[in-house]
Amino acid sequence: MTALTEEQTLIRSQAQSWAEQEAPVAAFRAMRDADTPNRFTPATWQSMVEMGWTGILIPEQYGGSDLGYLTFGLVLEENGRQLTASPLFASALVGASALLLGGTAKQKEAVLPKIVDGSEILTLAVDEGPRHAPEQTALKAEKTNSGYKLTGAKTFVMEGMAATTFVIPARTSGEAGDSAGISLFLVSADAAGLSREVMHTADSRGFARLDLSGVELAEDAVLGTADEGLELLESILDRARAGLGAEMLGTASQAFDMTIDYLKTRVQFGKVIGSFQALGHRAAILFSAKELARSCVEAALQAIDEGADNVAELSSLSKARVGEYLYNMSNELIQMHGGIGMTDEFDAGFYLKRARVLETAFGNSSYHRDRYARILGF
Amino acid sequence: MSAEGLNGFAEEVADWVADNLPEGLKGKNFGLAMDPSISMDDLTTWRDRLAEKGWGAPTWPVEYGGAGLSHPAAKVISKELAKAGGFNPIPGMAGMGVTMVGPTILEYGTEDQKQRHLPGIASGKVRWCLGLSEPGAGSDLASLSTKAVDAGDHFVLNGQKTWTSGANISQWCGALVRTDPDAPKRDGISFVMLPMDDAGVETRPIQLISGASPFCETFFTDARADKTDLLGPLNEGWSVVKRLLQHERQSQTSAATGSVEGESLQDMAKRYIGTSEDGSLADTDLRTRIIKHLMDDQAHKLTVARITAEARGNVEVSAAASILKNSATHVAQSKSELSLEIMGSQGIGWEGNGFTDAELDIVRGWLWGKAVSIYGGSAEVQNNIISKNILGLPETTQQG
Repeated sequence: MTALTEEQTLIRSQAQSWAEQEAPVAAFRAMRDADTPNRFTPATWQSMVEMGWTGILIPEQYGGSDLGYLTFGLVLEENGRQLTASPLFASALVGASALLLGGTAKQKEAVLPKIVDGSEILTLAVDEGPRHAPEQTALKAEKTNSGYKLTGAKTFVMEGMAATTFVIPARTSGEAGDSAGISLFLVSADAAGLSREVMHTADSRGFARLDLSGVELAEDAVLGTADEGLELLESILDRARAGLGAEMLGTASQAFDMTIDYLKTRVQFGKVIGSFQALGHRAAILFSAKELARSCVEAALQAIDEGADNVAELSSLSKARVGEYLYNMSNELIQMHGGIGMTDEFDAGFYLKRARVLETAFGNSSYHRDRYARILGF
Repeated sequence: MSAEGLNGFAEEVADWVADNLPEGLKGKNFGLAMDPSISMDDLTTWRDRLAEKGWGAPTWPVEYGGAGLSHPAAKVISKELAKAGGFNPIPGMAGMGVTMVGPTILEYGTEDQKQRHLPGIASGKVRWCLGLSEPGAGSDLASLSTKAVDAGDHFVLNGQKTWTSGANISQWCGALVRTDPDAPKRDGISFVMLPMDDAGVETRPIQLISGASPFCETFFTDARADKTDLLGPLNEGWSVVKRLLQHERQSQTSAATGSVEGESLQDMAKRYIGTSEDGSLADTDLRTRIIKHLMDDQAHKLTVARITAEARGNVEVSAAASILKNSATHVAQSKSELSLEIMGSQGIGWEGNGFTDAELDIVRGWLWGKAVSIYGGSAEVQNNIISKNILGLPETTQQG
């Protein structure tokens, strides 16, 4: 592994001060209380676009800065700390990755500049049931004279209400469970036959359910090679998992810092509770686990940037390890804060709820332990 | 040294190793389980050739027996040695000398001490042990009671040390002793060095749950330590030993997950347990736990790599040492426990024909491995260090 460059450290500290000042958890609370449509504030999203974050992965010829996944991860981590709500991850990381990995020159030219300037919001709609299982894709794509016709449903679609274009894996041949026969499509949100519905998740973020009843698409809506899309889909998902790992690390790190602050200030039995060894040791164990999780997160992002051949293995390692850490840390956040942690007035609950949602997204820890084992042939 | 410089250096090392590594040592295991077929003559020859280059302790200054090399350059030497099937026997032959005592002498020693002690360590000819723990002073090391009384040009030592690794075969000892019985406990301690052939020193090996061990009890009865061998200022031995223990944690971090590479845990599990139709391990519960272990192992290795990279290749002792010691320990111990479980009833053998040597080694290693979370500052002591020194949580009510 290599250490962060000066540029990366600088970008991280800019992201940190921006998130703390412009989009802190208090802004998230205000957004939730106001029941803001799409579950993010347009002005917040606009500043992200202006800061160039939407172009971090995108080559300069399409208006981006091409700084790579590790750099993107640092920005997501700082946003994760403040629970900053935006489509940055769904569109500029997952959506951009889909185009970068599978797009034709024409598709890239059409979409990437719009991801950068924020006029398009992309998202990947992969899951069809309560468990993440890409090879189980069943949404049907029938061949027509002019292209394809899509019929089926997708669920748990991140930023699904705000998205302008969906990346949708569908089955062009074979049956659910087959690794062959999956194709990826770019589908406009205003395509005839596509409807969407809000899913109110515990973390007050934007998710949607999609229904496609005979959505007609042209031939050039296919992303990558028809019938052979699973490999492309997994590559996109690995980038999503690695990126989400960074956001989760930020969320967990903030939960950790809040807990340590509380241990240093809360007095019971005439003493600061952090002086009790039972709590001090739990804090030490959580700190050590955080350092180990960080190594996995950075290793996965670096592997993507370096084009290494173990991206799948490291992405599963990262998602599983940071998922376990966030799970433990969010529970300890509540437990060590005691009664105050249970109140809605305090922020701890936001972190706990967000934790579980992110743990579930793109495969939970158990999914990724199994996947990691399969990659090792075990 | 630049990256190009390092590449050139690697070639130079490879050539030298090809010319100098005795044929009989190639591919042999040297360490806790030294290959019995290693000839002592070969070993001595090899040790002396390495020492002549200063490569026993390559980062130490040339005038004290080192080679004055950077950490990345030192790494090149170990890499090239491993490539050629060789090893550096000097750290092992010097006991606690290269890893712990030497670096501490470099930092705290007088010029005279450096000249007298370091070359012997760097050549692997003088083995050192450490007299730190006592029967009544384990995790609470500062409560030690071995006394050192001022007798003019030397101290007279009386008391008992325990867990002194290799005391029965060492030539020198670094000992933590109480020089001021009236001062608060951490303030009256000094670090002295004394020869083990002194008439007042007696050692007795300790038998462990795993069988024979390198540990000893060491008794001082009017033993003599010259004042010229007081390391660091009088009554400030606690600072010296804190530094020494950081060096210890650092060396254990790399040792605990290091060398022994044989069959992977996955292959071993498949061999004893078998697989399902899809090729995965037949015992799904054990499979999950093995995977968690493999992830712990990889996360640990990545963390060592990350912290090394962040330190720009110069891993000085750092706060991270406590984290890494605990995580290395956890990985090593859970690997042993899982191996035992994988072997089923073949994993509970002690000796005799019903078990292979590999099976018996794993059982002994499992028992021996319980020591790792106890010595060098127990897992609990490391957690105290993390919570107080890194996280800044207040002191517990008891003085630790």
